[in-house]
Amino acid sequence: MSGPIHIRSDETFTLNVGPQHPATHGVLRVKMEMDGEYIVKAETVLGYIHRMHELMGENRTYPQVLPNLSRLDYLGALGYTHGHVLAVERAAGIEVPERAEYIRAITVELNRIASHLFWFGAFVMDLGGFTPLMYAIEDREHILDLLEAVTGSRLTYCYYRFGGLYNDVDDDFIAATKAVIPRLRKSLKKYDALVTGNIIFEKRLKDIGPISAEMCRKYGATGPVARGSGIDFDVRKNEPYSVYPEFDFDVPVYHECDSLARYKVRMDEMEQSLRIIEQGIEKLPDGPIMPKKKPKLIKPPKGDYYQAVETARGSFGIRIVSDGTKNAYRFKLRSPTYSNMHMFDEACVGMMIMDALAMMGSLDLVIPEIDR
Amino acid sequence: MGAYFSEIFLGLKSLVIGLIITFKEFFKPVVTVPYPYKTIKMSEKYRGHIELIEDEEGNPKCISCGACQRACPSGCISLASKSVEYEAMVKGEMKTKKKKVLTKYDLNFTTCSLCGQCVENCNFGAVTFSKDYNLASDRKEDFHFDLLKRLKERNS
Amino acid sequence: MSLTILNALVAVVAAIAFAALNAAYLVWAERRGAGRIQRRPGPNVNGPLGLLQPPCDGVKLMAKQLMIPGGADKALFMVAPVLAMAPAIMSFVTIPFSDTIVAHSMNIGVLMIFAFASLGGMAILFAGWGSRNKYGVMASVRAVSQNISYEVPMLITVITVVMMTGTMDLKGLVAAQAGGFWNWNLMPSLSSPLMPVSFLIFFICALAETNRAPFDLGEAESELVAGFHTEYGSMGFGLFFMGEYANIVIGASLITILFLGGWDCPLGLFPGVWWFLFKIYVLIFSFIWIRWTFPRTTIYGLLNLSWKILIPISLFNLLLTAGLLKVF
Repeated sequence: MSGPIHIRSDETFTLNVGPQHPATHGVLRVKMEMDGEYIVKAETVLGYIHRMHELMGENRTYPQVLPNLSRLDYLGALGYTHGHVLAVERAAGIEVPERAEYIRAITVELNRIASHLFWFGAFVMDLGGFTPLMYAIEDREHILDLLEAVTGSRLTYCYYRFGGLYNDVDDDFIAATKAVIPRLRKSLKKYDALVTGNIIFEKRLKDIGPISAEMCRKYGATGPVARGSGIDFDVRKNEPYSVYPEFDFDVPVYHECDSLARYKVRMDEMEQSLRIIEQGIEKLPDGPIMPKKKPKLIKPPKGDYYQAVETARGSFGIRIVSDGTKNAYRFKLRSPTYSNMHMFDEACVGMMIMDALAMMGSLDLVIPEIDR
Repeated sequence: MGAYFSEIFLGLKSLVIGLIITFKEFFKPVVTVPYPYKTIKMSEKYRGHIELIEDEEGNPKCISCGACQRACPSGCISLASKSVEYEAMVKGEMKTKKKKVLTKYDLNFTTCSLCGQCVENCNFGAVTFSKDYNLASDRKEDFHFDLLKRLKERNS
Repeated sequence: MSLTILNALVAVVAAIAFAALNAAYLVWAERRGAGRIQRRPGPNVNGPLGLLQPPCDGVKLMAKQLMIPGGADKALFMVAPVLAMAPAIMSFVTIPFSDTIVAHSMNIGVLMIFAFASLGGMAILFAGWGSRNKYGVMASVRAVSQNISYEVPMLITVITVVMMTGTMDLKGLVAAQAGGFWNWNLMPSLSSPLMPVSFLIFFICALAETNRAPFDLGEAESELVAGFHTEYGSMGFGLFFMGEYANIVIGASLITILFLGGWDCPLGLFPGVWWFLFKIYVLIFSFIWIRWTFPRTTIYGLLNLSWKILIPISLFNLLLTAGLLKVF
């Protein structure tokens, strides 16, 4: 009863799932033509929160752009900062000490878990269950407390610098992280029992919102959306960067292509991130966190540099074209959710609006990241 | 026929498991801290807006070089200084020398993004982050901080 | 003559006052209960334990501007909230709280309550259509189909119980279950071994009839902004809200009277109105508990549940009881 049906197109009305809507997680407008409750055509309209981050990258010096990257996707801010910092280090040829790379990996994985927890809460709230949101936010508070003790901020961290970090971590952080990990594992089991096993939830998500692997390749989708359709691609494994080759973790891939598969990919990713954090804390080397010879003014030589990292939403790429001056000539951000979201237009034809919005929730959209 | 009944039975069982979990959570203590009756201690490295640091005599350490103003991506710092002559012993005789004294240091907190470039680029350790988080107001003027005045108020 | 009219008037006013007080303070109970399930306090600022929250909310709602959207059907728009609230309060007149406390007892009490409950579905349709809002129309269409589908198994279950007892009078239904919990209609008996299943079916139908989660498609907040009451501010919204809670109390009272023995004590010792109230409030707590645990079903899942699962089982139970009553 949820597959596409034959619809007469002369009796449709236009429904505007407007910029102000509880389900769209940001300012996204979807113009839908509906026949009763079935969608005939959908068109997403973007641009309501375009803040010109790429132009700001061209008008400011390299260190001055650092705060911008956290505001792109505020839920997974450290991943984006990591990508930017790696790209500029590649461009300017700055060496990063090992301790700094390990701490970067640990904090990025903590941020990934926090982002997935928030997605989980908001997704189940979209489907009508308000309680898991509160439990997820309480768990997320523990992670944010950890990161606040190190960086000083809770959401828009400006923690990485070119060459290393701003602050060092101390033993309190390590002890507190070791205490948080078993607590999060217990919570993940609770969510399994409360949400994943629930029959209402399963009926809401099984076989809903199918996105085939060819459609993912056509639109360039990456991240948990692609891994829920059977495409085994993770930037941390396929194009390794930073210190990830030293960690032993799996990449969860499910082949059912429906919303339940995408949900399960993210829940498993949280468990794998916990594994990475454990290994990181074990192997953390001593040493400095900034290189000895740090250039005062960052002027990369002329050229075209690209770096891709795996964030909570997919493969984030940043391309810096430098012409030898202290501002970048072109600062291009490849946002993963932009590619993921346009699959919604094609995939939701013939679905009921409830299922379409459940599918939109499973794509994990953060609109400020699309509009940059 | 068997699948029909087993689906009903397993479905009911999963619903009951969910109900038991929420029932257990009903009796656990409340997590919310009743702000403002109780507050939480801020962590040491918390980043509030910046403040000037004074030296032993109570004057700001800032020599008004303008590095923070140039480093800020949002242009929220504005400084002014004046030249002052003073007497100093140089090689045994009194000479008049000039130095810069800070007269104005304003921070426009409405555009600050708490990035920390000003704190890092200062070579004299003159600014640092404060722990001020209780800043709610309904006028924009309350967020234009006069940091020199705040330093004098803290010292007096 | 005038004394009986005075009596009747006082009784009706008391019933209405009980309904209104419950509707107002159930909001408080739900918010505190939801808060504790989610490990937060709930309202605790206005008055001790937040008990002054409902009056403050009422004052706020009355002080808001009553806006009627342009082009809306004024008559339908204004009538809908009243139509949602009035039948629920009127049904309280028949419900017996104990042997002696009943406003006006009728010998077709069950029929009257269900007749009034059906009027609630009409209110939703008026609200959605009269607001001239696409979200409202979609939500009210869903809610009406839900209401109709779940009335059928509810009535079939009620027919089963009435058949066993032989009367439609609410007081008579309770009197037949007197004397301890082994006599209650909840327990399987020789003439009807599937009674607990009937209880479960009636419970689910009561949840669905009152538009409570997990069946709250009519007011699905995250998909259709606010469903059929999108365009209502101030007292219109307040009346819908209170009407929903009054319906919940009536649903709980019906379950108590039909299956749980009304004002009967579980051990048959001290029957009275306090047992009735205790049972209603336990059932209302379970309604709140279920609402805050489960997500929402889809519309076809909901309709499938009613037509493919509840109706066949309740029909089977009806035929089984009818057959066995002839024998035993």
